[in-house]
Amino acid sequence: MRISREQVEHVAHLARLGLTESEKERFSEQLSTILESMEILRQVDTKAIPPTAQVIPLLNVMRDDEACPSLPREQILANAPRLEEDYIRIMAVLEE
Amino acid sequence: MDLSKLTIHEAYDLLCRRQTSSRELTRFFLERIEHENARLGAYLTLTPEVALEQATQADALIAQGDGGPLSGVPGAIKDNICAAGVRTTCASRILSNFTPPYDANVIERLKAAGMVMLGKTNMDEFAMGSSTENSAFFPTRNPWDTERVPGGSSGGSAAAVTAGLAVYALGSDTGGSVRLPASFCGLVGLKPTYGRVSRYGLVAFASSFDQIGPLTKDVTDCALLMNIIAGYDRRDSTSLNAPVPDYTADLVPEIKGLRIGIPKEYFVSGMQPAVEKVMRQALATLADLGAEMEETSLPHTEYATAAYYIIAPSEASANLARYDGVKYGFSAPGEDMWDAYTKTRQYGFGPEVKRRIMLGTYALSAGYYEAYYLKAQKVRTLIKSDFDKAFERFDLLVTPTSPTAAFKIGERIDDPLAMYLSDVFTTTANLAGIPALNVPCGFVDGLPVGMQLLGKPLAEGTLLRVGYAFEQSRKGARK
Repeated sequence: MRISREQVEHVAHLARLGLTESEKERFSEQLSTILESMEILRQVDTKAIPPTAQVIPLLNVMRDDEACPSLPREQILANAPRLEEDYIRIMAVLEE
Repeated sequence: MDLSKLTIHEAYDLLCRRQTSSRELTRFFLERIEHENARLGAYLTLTPEVALEQATQADALIAQGDGGPLSGVPGAIKDNICAAGVRTTCASRILSNFTPPYDANVIERLKAAGMVMLGKTNMDEFAMGSSTENSAFFPTRNPWDTERVPGGSSGGSAAAVTAGLAVYALGSDTGGSVRLPASFCGLVGLKPTYGRVSRYGLVAFASSFDQIGPLTKDVTDCALLMNIIAGYDRRDSTSLNAPVPDYTADLVPEIKGLRIGIPKEYFVSGMQPAVEKVMRQALATLADLGAEMEETSLPHTEYATAAYYIIAPSEASANLARYDGVKYGFSAPGEDMWDAYTKTRQYGFGPEVKRRIMLGTYALSAGYYEAYYLKAQKVRTLIKSDFDKAFERFDLLVTPTSPTAAFKIGERIDDPLAMYLSDVFTTTANLAGIPALNVPCGFVDGLPVGMQLLGKPLAEGTLLRVGYAFEQSRKGARK
């Protein structure tokens, strides 16, 4: 499976991942090689096999909705790159 | 007595008999780190004030006779496990300025047990790698041969314990990241059953695989740490609510009649012949100790690497979507919101993390989901059922941990596929969720070789018992 440069750009866009020109070249080659090695999975007959998403015998783990103390606001905000008063400042989501 | 070679239980004895204090031990290790760390690159962040404060508390506890087996013993923590108020980077530029405001569950448990934390250890960025060369800061070197890698991704933890820069360390294992460095550095390393140790406060890589595990100098230390870190935690919804046994109770050198399977798919061409020879000798030792050894088959083994390197990057691509430069971490300016996201992630992530985000995003994208992600999940079912069937006949399985001893720095870094194949024997345990223990079993050209014990879910005790019996028999042989 050959991954074209256009495909690399498309996937990078989906992942919001900026890539340099040389990274696009390199990833197109490397991802092609890696995906080619994964073709081996086609040899396995999985028609009657259910997928496994997780391996433990737990289903729909619920907990009581109890009020409990949360972390101090200052400590959470201390990690934020941009603040305005007690709020995290972000860039406009909707255009005017 | 060389304090750098101390195990947890030896340090405990010294502390109980007042032959040293925790402050004295802690100062010894901090000084040693100061001399050795530049050469080995084991630690990313040192926490001397925290360590000495904890040592003072531990000394007070010990003086009252209230110390536990870990009280006052200096250890190291992989830098993807959160400790409140201590920078946690995951060896990534994107988290280089991140200070978590809370403790991971394992840190809470270790603190309650009297831990002394020396610092946070180097790793492959976001635990993605097999050599610790993918750290955004500097690579870690193998203390046995500094031209070689320590294995990864918990390479900093392994190098720290091996070089006597910590008595013990915690790592994390998503596809072999505790066991491979344990094997390359000659340590005991355990990946517990999925759900046995809480993932609360472990920075997520691939959530259906990630487990925290100990890296120690012997099997007894591994059992002591498991007694502390294993157990239910409601804040991790995949945590198993099962009783935690006293793992040290399993440490008896008695394995007569245990049924051990040797899966033939783990002894394949491409293995370093000298490694295979050491492995065969280890198997003979287990037979001498009275285990019933028999060859068996796990027929879907050859598909594990492909399945793992589809599922883990897929989960990673979703988990790492949170790094957008808004709430925390590195943040690049941009013309608009999307541009800022894109630039933040472009400069914040290193090449291997980008590669895996790309791979995972591709495998989950429209038109490829069924051919890659769903197919890999179905193969995961088959790999798990191979193990289920084998465990109907066997108490445990024994394999090499890696087909080679530690490789040279730079040897595989430009060939991602060759690097992925370092994990060819370790990803199966993560795919199936079963426990797996690396036990050192010999040397090849002065480099350690490890054997891997694979067990039934929650049968860590059986693995520790066999590991202990093996370790004791080798001690006897050396004397």
